[in-house]
Amino acid sequence: MYKKVFARPKALEDVPFHFCPGCTHGIIHRLIAEVIEELNVFEQTIGVCPVGCAVFAYNYFACDIFQAAHGRAPAVATGIKRALPDRVVFTYQGDGDLAAIGMGEIVHAAARGEKISVFFINNSVYGMTGGQMAPTTLPGQVTTTTPYGRDREINGNPVRVCEMFSVIDGAAYVARVSVHNPANIIKTKKAIKKAFQVQLSGLGFALVEILSACPTNWGLSPAEALNWLAENLIAYYPLGDFKIPKEEAKNV
Amino acid sequence: MAKVLMKGNEAFGEGAIRAGCRFYFGYPITPQSELAHFLAKRMPEVGGTFLQAESELASINMVFGAAGAGARVMTSSSGPGISLMQEGISFIACAELPCVIVNIMRGGPGLGNIAPVQSDYFQATRGGGHGDYRLIVLAPSSVQEIIDLVWEAFVLAEKYLNPILMLGDGLLGQMMEPVELDEEKEFFIPLRPWAASGRMGGPKRIINTLYIVPEEAEKHNFKLNQKYKEIEVKEQRWENYQTKDAQLVLVAFGTAARVCKGVVDYCREQGLPVGLIRPITLWPFPDKAFDYILSLGTVRYFLSVEMSTGQMIEDIRLAVDGRRPVHFYGRFGGMLPVLTDVVKEVKKLLLKEEP
Repeated sequence: MYKKVFARPKALEDVPFHFCPGCTHGIIHRLIAEVIEELNVFEQTIGVCPVGCAVFAYNYFACDIFQAAHGRAPAVATGIKRALPDRVVFTYQGDGDLAAIGMGEIVHAAARGEKISVFFINNSVYGMTGGQMAPTTLPGQVTTTTPYGRDREINGNPVRVCEMFSVIDGAAYVARVSVHNPANIIKTKKAIKKAFQVQLSGLGFALVEILSACPTNWGLSPAEALNWLAENLIAYYPLGDFKIPKEEAKNV
Repeated sequence: MAKVLMKGNEAFGEGAIRAGCRFYFGYPITPQSELAHFLAKRMPEVGGTFLQAESELASINMVFGAAGAGARVMTSSSGPGISLMQEGISFIACAELPCVIVNIMRGGPGLGNIAPVQSDYFQATRGGGHGDYRLIVLAPSSVQEIIDLVWEAFVLAEKYLNPILMLGDGLLGQMMEPVELDEEKEFFIPLRPWAASGRMGGPKRIINTLYIVPEEAEKHNFKLNQKYKEIEVKEQRWENYQTKDAQLVLVAFGTAARVCKGVVDYCREQGLPVGLIRPITLWPFPDKAFDYILSLGTVRYFLSVEMSTGQMIEDIRLAVDGRRPVHFYGRFGGMLPVLTDVVKEVKKLLLKEEP
C-alpha cells in the first residue's frame, strides 16, 4: 500500500476545466479549494462567481455558489453575508468585472468593511468576450479594442487596484500576488489563506489581487505568457502586501 | 381594533415587518424616502437588517444575495432607481428567488419630477428588464390596502418563487390615512431547500441564471412560462364598484381609482349608470373582470382613466377584444385627473354632450 500524497481537494468538483491551455485560472481555483479544505470551512462556504471566463466557477467549486451579474458579486456577497453572518463568503472576479463595471460595488463593499474575501484575477484583458482592453491593460499593450496599443491619451491609464484599496478604511487585508512560477504560487496560496482567516476572525474586508496569464488573448504560448507576465505585469503591478490587519501591524 | 394614522410609505415598511421581512436594502430617492427612514428605525427593533447601499444596482443585487441565501427581503425605489434595478430584477426572476420590490412612481421620463404619476405601468407589467419574464404587480389604492397587500406580496413571492412589484405613486406614499392594524399575525417562513446557504452537510445548491446551451435555456423559459400561465389563471385581483347595471365602466388603479370612485358616486347621484373596475393586480391583468361585465350585457363603453398618456388602455383593449369601444382620459407629468373633468368625459360618451 502506497501513501497518498496528492489528491483533488474536496472543495473542487471532479470535472475538467474549460480553460484554454496555459490559462492560470485553474491553478487559482485549485488553490482556493485547497485553502477551504485546510481551514475546514467547506460546509459553511458560499462562493460568488462573476461574468467572464470564471463564470463557470459554479461547475468547479463544490460548495454552495451564486453566479452574479457582471460586476455585482460584492453586492451579492454583501446580501449573503448580512443574511448569514456565520458563513464564509468569497467572490472570484476578473479585471473587467471588478475594476470596470463593478468598481462601485467593490469600493463600497470594502468601505463598509464587509467580512468577505475577494479574489481578483488580473490578466489585463477581457478573456471571455475576445481579448478587449481591460482597466488593467498596460500602456502600449495590444488588444482587440486597442489594435495600435493602449494609448494613454485615448484610452486613459491602467487602474492599480491594490494601491487604491490600501487607503480604504474598511479594507483589512490587501495584497498582490502572482502565479507565474511555483515559488509565487506558494505565496499566492498563503495570501488566499490569509484572506479567509481575516474573514474568519471578523477583521473586515480582504482582497487578494492575483496576476494571471491569458496566453490565448496575449497571442503567446503558455511558457511565453508566464515570462511576459513576470517581465511586464509585475513591473507595472508590484507584488506584496498593501495593507495588513491592524493587530498584526502592531507586531511588525 | 384601534386605528392609527400612518403614511403610505411607512405602511409598506410596517406591513413588511409584520409579514416577517427582516432584510431591507435600498438607496435614497424621493418620493419613497419615508419607507427607508421608517425601516432604518424599525429593523433594528425586531433584530432585522437595514442597509443603505451605494446605488440601486447594489441594493437589488444585495436583495439577490440575501434572497438566494434564504432570507425574506425587500427593497424600494422610484423611477430612475427602478430603471437601474432592472438588470438585477431580470436575474432574480430567472433564478426564481422570492422578494418584494416597491416602486413609488414619480414623473418621467428622465429625472422628471417627484409628483404622482402612473407612467411606469409598461415597465412594471412587461417584466421591465431584458428577457422573457414577468413580475406579479400589485397596485394598492389606500394606506390600509398597502398594509394588507404587503403581506400578500410575500405570500405570493414565496408561493411562486418570483419577485413581486408593488406599484404606488407619490400621493399614495406621502399621504396619511387611518389604518386598522390587526393583532400581529404569526408569520411562517417555509423551508427553502433551494437556498445556497452553505451546504452544512447537505447537497450543493447553485443560484444561477446562465443557460449556455440553447436547449436548456428553452427548457427554463418554458418552465417560467408555465408558472406565469398558472399565475394568470389563479391570481387576477380586482374590485368591482357599482358595475352591475353600469353602461359606462371606468377602469383605473391606485390613485386614479380613488378619483374615479368619487366620479362614480357623483354620476350615480345624477342618475348616470357609471361603474368602476379597479385592477389590483396589474399583472396578471384582470381579464376576467371584463368577461364578467360583458356577460351582463349592459355596458356600452369603457373609459380608462390613467395618470399617464395611456398605458393600461392597451391591456384593457386586449381584455375587451373589440367587444366594446375603449376610451381614454389621462393627466400626466404629475397632474391629477379631477372629478369634474372625468365627469365631462363620462357625459360626452353617455349623453353625447359636447362640453
